[in-house]
This record gives sequence, C-alpha cells and structure tokens, in this order.
Amino acid sequence: MEFLNAIILLLNYTIIPALTYGSQLALGAIFVTLIYGILRFANFATGDMMSFGTMFAVLLTYYFQSIGISFGVLPTALLTIPFAIFMMILYMLTIDKFVFSYYRVKKSPPVQLAMVSVGVMFVTQAIIRIIIGPGDKRFLDGEKFILKAIEFKEMTGFSEGLTVKSTQVITIVVTLIVVSIMFWFLNKTKTGTSMRAYSDNEDLALLSGIDPKKVVLITWVIAGILATIGGILYGLDKSYRPFVYFNNMLPIFAAAIVGGIGNPFGAFLGGYVIAFAEIFLTYAYKKFFVYLLPEALEPNSMVQLLSTDYKFAISFSILVLVLLFRPSGIFEGKKI
Amino acid sequence: MKQYSNVIAAYSVMITLIVLVGIFQSWSIALTILNYCLISAVMTMGANIQWGYAGLINFGIMGYTALGGLAVVLVSVAPVDEAWKVGGLNMIICIGIIIGMVFSIRYVLKKIEKSKKRNYIIAAIIIVGLLLLRLISTPAIESIESVEPAKTGFLGGLGMPVLFSWIVGGLFAGGLAYIIGKIALGLRADYLAIATLLIAEIVVSIIKHEEWLARGVKNVIGLKRPAPYEIDLQTSPWFIDLVKNFHSTKLDLINSVSERQDALSQLVINASSIYVKLCFSGLFLIVVIILLILTQKALYSPWGRKMRAIRDNEEAASAMGKNIVKEHLLIFILGSAVVGIAGAMMVTNDGLFTPGSYRPMRYTFVIWVMVIVGGTGNNFGAILGGFAVWFLWVQAAPIALFFINLLTSHLPETNEIKIHLINSAPYFRFLLVGIGLLVIMRYRPRGILPEKIIKQ
Repeated sequence: MEFLNAIILLLNYTIIPALTYGSQLALGAIFVTLIYGILRFANFATGDMMSFGTMFAVLLTYYFQSIGISFGVLPTALLTIPFAIFMMILYMLTIDKFVFSYYRVKKSPPVQLAMVSVGVMFVTQAIIRIIIGPGDKRFLDGEKFILKAIEFKEMTGFSEGLTVKSTQVITIVVTLIVVSIMFWFLNKTKTGTSMRAYSDNEDLALLSGIDPKKVVLITWVIAGILATIGGILYGLDKSYRPFVYFNNMLPIFAAAIVGGIGNPFGAFLGGYVIAFAEIFLTYAYKKFFVYLLPEALEPNSMVQLLSTDYKFAISFSILVLVLLFRPSGIFEGKKI
Repeated sequence: MKQYSNVIAAYSVMITLIVLVGIFQSWSIALTILNYCLISAVMTMGANIQWGYAGLINFGIMGYTALGGLAVVLVSVAPVDEAWKVGGLNMIICIGIIIGMVFSIRYVLKKIEKSKKRNYIIAAIIIVGLLLLRLISTPAIESIESVEPAKTGFLGGLGMPVLFSWIVGGLFAGGLAYIIGKIALGLRADYLAIATLLIAEIVVSIIKHEEWLARGVKNVIGLKRPAPYEIDLQTSPWFIDLVKNFHSTKLDLINSVSERQDALSQLVINASSIYVKLCFSGLFLIVVIILLILTQKALYSPWGRKMRAIRDNEEAASAMGKNIVKEHLLIFILGSAVVGIAGAMMVTNDGLFTPGSYRPMRYTFVIWVMVIVGGTGNNFGAILGGFAVWFLWVQAAPIALFFINLLTSHLPETNEIKIHLINSAPYFRFLLVGIGLLVIMRYRPRGILPEKIIKQ
C-alpha cells in the first residue's frame, strides 16, 4: 500500500508532467532537427515561429468563443489548429521566399543562415508583439480535469491523490498521433524518402532527379505543422506568452542536439530525456521517502537534488555533457 | 586620408544624430544614449575580435556581461562583516573543495590511463565533492542570507575602488571564456553558437539564484561611482559658480533676486546630472580609445595576420605550423574579456546590478546585430555598429510613433487600430533592428564599413 502510494506520488508530480512537457519539447525538437537536416542551418527563430502559430490559435479561439462555437468538453483551440497551421505555413513560405532561399541558392555557409534566422527572429517577435502584445493569454476552455485528486482517492482508497489534467492527455495523444504520421510519411512515402535522401547527400539526391524546390516546400509544411501543434499544446498546458516561447527555444535546441541533430527520432526521444531530467532532478523527494522508508530513517530535509530555479540550467548542462562526450548525440545524428 | 573618408563620413552622421537628439529632446537623453553607445561599442569590439578576427561565433555575450557586472559588486561593495562571521569560513572551505576537486580530477586524468576505472574514480570524486559542498554550504548560505535580508543578505565585496572592478570584470570573463573554450571550441560553428548561448544561460541563472553571492534577483543598488554624485555637486560652491558663469547672460535678464535664485537652482540641478554623465562619457571614451588603439595594433601586427590566415583557411594555416587550437582559445579569451569590461562599465554607469535583466535578446542578439551591421573584422566598423544599432534600438519607439501618427492621421482618436498601434510602438524596435540586419546581410554582407586589408 505504502509502496503504491509512493508510485502514485511520483506519477502525479513527475512522470505525467514530464511526459507532457517532453512531448511539447519533442515536437519543437523535431522541427529544429528537420530544418537542420534538410535546409542545413540552426534556426534561431524556432521559439518565435512556434509562438507565431500559437498566436493565431489564441486569436481564433477568442473569435470562436465570441460567436459561440465550442468543441464540447475539448478545448476550442483544437478546432483552430488547421487554420493556425495554414497561416503558419504561409508565413514560413513567405519568409523562405524572401529571406532564406537567396542564401540557399548561393550556398552560403550555415553560420550565415543562422545569423539570418536571428534577423527573422527579431522580425517575428516584433510582429507577434505588435499583433497580440507581450502579455499572458489563457485560451483553455472545456473540461479542465479528467481525474481529480479527490475522485481518485474515493475511487481507489489510496491516501495519495492522482490528478490528470485534460491538457496532459491531449498533449500526449496528439503528439503520438502527429509524430507517428510524420514518421510514416518520412519512411514509407516516396516524398519522405526523397527528403531523407536530400538530407543525406544533396548532390546525389539532385542527380537522381529529386526536385529541391519540392523538398524545401514539404519541409516547411511539416515544420509548420509541428511548430504550430507544439506551440498550441504548450500554450494550452501552461499559458501563452511570447517571451516564454522565445526562451523555450533553448531546451528545444538542447533536446535536438542531445538526440543527435538531423535525426528526427533522436530529437523525439531527446525531448523526453530533457524533460525527465529537468523534472526528476528538481523534484523534492521527501514525501516519496516518507512513504517508502521506516519512520526511523525518514529524511528531515527536502531531498531535492537541485532547486527548481535551475530547471533550465539542467537541460543545458546535459547538453554540455553530451557535446563533450558524444558530440553526435545520444542517438547518433549528423557528424559535428 | 582618402581611405578613411567613409569612416569619417559615417561617424559624422552618427555624431550629428546624437547632437540632434540633444537639441530636440534633451541633452541629458543625448548623453545617456552616448554613454550606452560607448558601452555597446566596447561589447561590439569584443565580439568583433572573436568573429571578425578569427571567425569564432560566440552567442554567450550575455554571460560575460553579467560576470563583468558581478565583478563590480564583488569588488566595490563594502564587505558585510556580519555575513562573513556567520558563513564566510564555510564558503572559503567550499571554494577550497572545488579547487581540490579540479586538481584531483586533473591528477587522475594524467596519472591513470583511459579506462572504465578512471571514469569511476572521476565520478566518485565529483559525487563526494558535491555532497561535501552541499553539506558545508547549506547552513552557511542560510545564515548569510538571513543577515538583514532586506538590505544585505550577501557576503558583500572587497570595498575597493570601482574602476578596479573593470579590470576584474575582464579577468572574470576571460576566466569563464577559458573554461567554455576548453569545452566547446572544437565544435562546428553553429553548434558553438548554441553551446555558448546555453552556457551563458547557466551562468546567468547561477548569478540570479545564488543570493549569498550578489543578492540574486533582489538586486544590488547604490553601487560606488567613479564620478561625483549629483547631490554633492549641487551643494558645492565651485560648481554653482561654474553654472552661474556659464549661464550669466541668461540669468542677468531676470530682474527679481528670488526668481534668479530659483532659476539658478534649477539650472544647477540640470547641470549636475549632465556633468555626471559627461564624467562617465569621458571615462568610457578613454576605454574605447585605448581598446581601439590596442585592437588596431593587434589587427595589423604579425599576430593579426596569423589570425586572419587561420580564419580564412584553417587547414593551410595549420600546415604552416600554426597552433589553431591555442590561437582560437586565446582569441576567445581576449574577446570575452573585453565584453566583461563592458559589462562592468554598464553596471557602474547604472549604479545597480540587476541579474534579472540579463536576457539573451538584449545582451547577445542585439550585440551580434551591431557586429554584423557595423562591419566584421573592422574595429571602426564595430564601434559604428554599436553606435548605430543602439541609437536605433532606443529611438525606434519615437520614430515608430511619428510614422504611426502620420499614417493614421486621418483616423479619429478613438479608432481601435490606431490606439492598438500607438500602444505597441515600443515593439517596433525589434522590427527595425531585425529588418536592418536582414537588409545588411543581403545587400552589404560585410557591413557598413567592411574589413580593409592594408597591403604592405
């Protein structure tokens, strides 16, 4: 009984939140890795592009709510996803046409493209702040909880409650669906294979008749889908604030590199590695040990490895360790 | 002379702009902008040493700036005796433990061959060290932070003159750069950018949350100044006389004695703030000129040529027997030290240390825009970039407001779009800086004042 209580405690405070946060990071990390693998630059506008897509979801949710459309128990924001994705892809393709394509055709070094993406980052941030402002926006509606702590206690008789928020389940389910469709597309379809070929060896891919324009287009489309969905899920789970999205770029980069940049599956797992590390290392285990150990051995401190202030620092330290010891990432990506 | 004509032209435009701000807004604002331009110029020179001379991309500028600021606190603030009494010894022991850990790991790395056993020993040293650190530091930190938490709650500094901290700031930043360089310099350019960005975030989060060190997010205010205080100036007779002489014709026009006295005291108050700012400008200008002379000398010395050779073709330079790893590390340290000096200058200018304000947007990306816009590899260009982009960054909101009002002048005051746009005027700075960067990268990829190679 005590043992099960301890497990439920961990589930409630670490595993479920980590799975949720990890899914959000994973979507962003795949976005980074796709851009890096196929378009060959580190996109510093990642966080702001996710923010840009989410902005439309927020605005449309408000609009839908004002005209009385809702999605029942599910958040209205899910209905807005297709429109938000459409706007996002439109924006990405515009940017690509006017900014990135020039450097791609000229075969500029990746650093130059990264620097250009910094410019895009500035512009995107400005547009977002001018349209929606820098403030905090909540756009979650519908049922908030699937399982409340009290209900769980009554149902099972455990003294430890388990809370499952609907956003957590939505995040995990949507991520799994999106990611599996994407991997099916990359591995099984002809277009997906041509994208992978282009990523592995551009010259050979061109020789075998792959149309680079099409590959670039499809990449931005997939990137737009991933960025928007990742952003919306994050916004539903926490809240939407442009500055937070910009900051999220950093753990997302960490996840992509830890997973081996250029390797989508690695990025997917990397997101969870970062999320679990962040949450496991900053959780105070006192109550957990109280359940498990006999009374005499109970700890009197918080048994917290690191203060929650260092949440971000953990993911970056992991990144530094990976760069030091396995520069191509845990799951083997492109050579550095 | 002719080869410097575009440099002179660009600088004249910049100075005219600042003078125009002085005439149309106020001289106090103009001097504030000038001071920040000078600080930005120092930061940009530091980044330019790394990117322009050696092609190293360093997105960790924020971290070095914060360390420079930390140096000001640690050097110039008076020590808090109470805190030292309750926890000083423990903290010194902790530093000893960290040094011990580093040396024992180095010893193990040297003495034992690469094996699983070595990894376990190193892991054991780290874990034992961390546990010891935790045990010794936790009670000490608690007692230090409880010493008058509203006012101090930290160890304080050394109580030395604040100008000395500029040098210490440079040393701190150089030391950090040594560590980062050892870790990350082998990486490819864009990985180096990400790694340095993230390491800088770690540094800032440590400064933010270790309150015993420099009060963290509670900020340190009232730092020492290398310039006189306004209050002192306003009461010192020589300064009042100076203001009186300077404005004598204006004051003579006022007949009533009491009115003249009021006018004079108002003038003295204004003049004192301008005088203080001028003192800072003078100090900053000296730093900029010294750095400019040094960097120019370095750029056109055999060492500078070697750096350019390494930047342009690493393999060839390596074949000629140049030690690329060593040179890269050296230039990484030098550039970061310059940025550290700038960080210390900035905190001295503000008179307060606010770790919460160190954000990558303002302290990494804007500085990089300065480097690229100004001209990579050209010190005059770097300084110009610092001036131009900072000027744009500060004046973007007024400029945007002017254009919004112009374009929406036909709309009524209550129009929602107009109100929304006017409220979002501050964000147009991101737009202007971003578009500026994109345009320069596209049409003048080597910056406003491109690198010049003098052939001998």
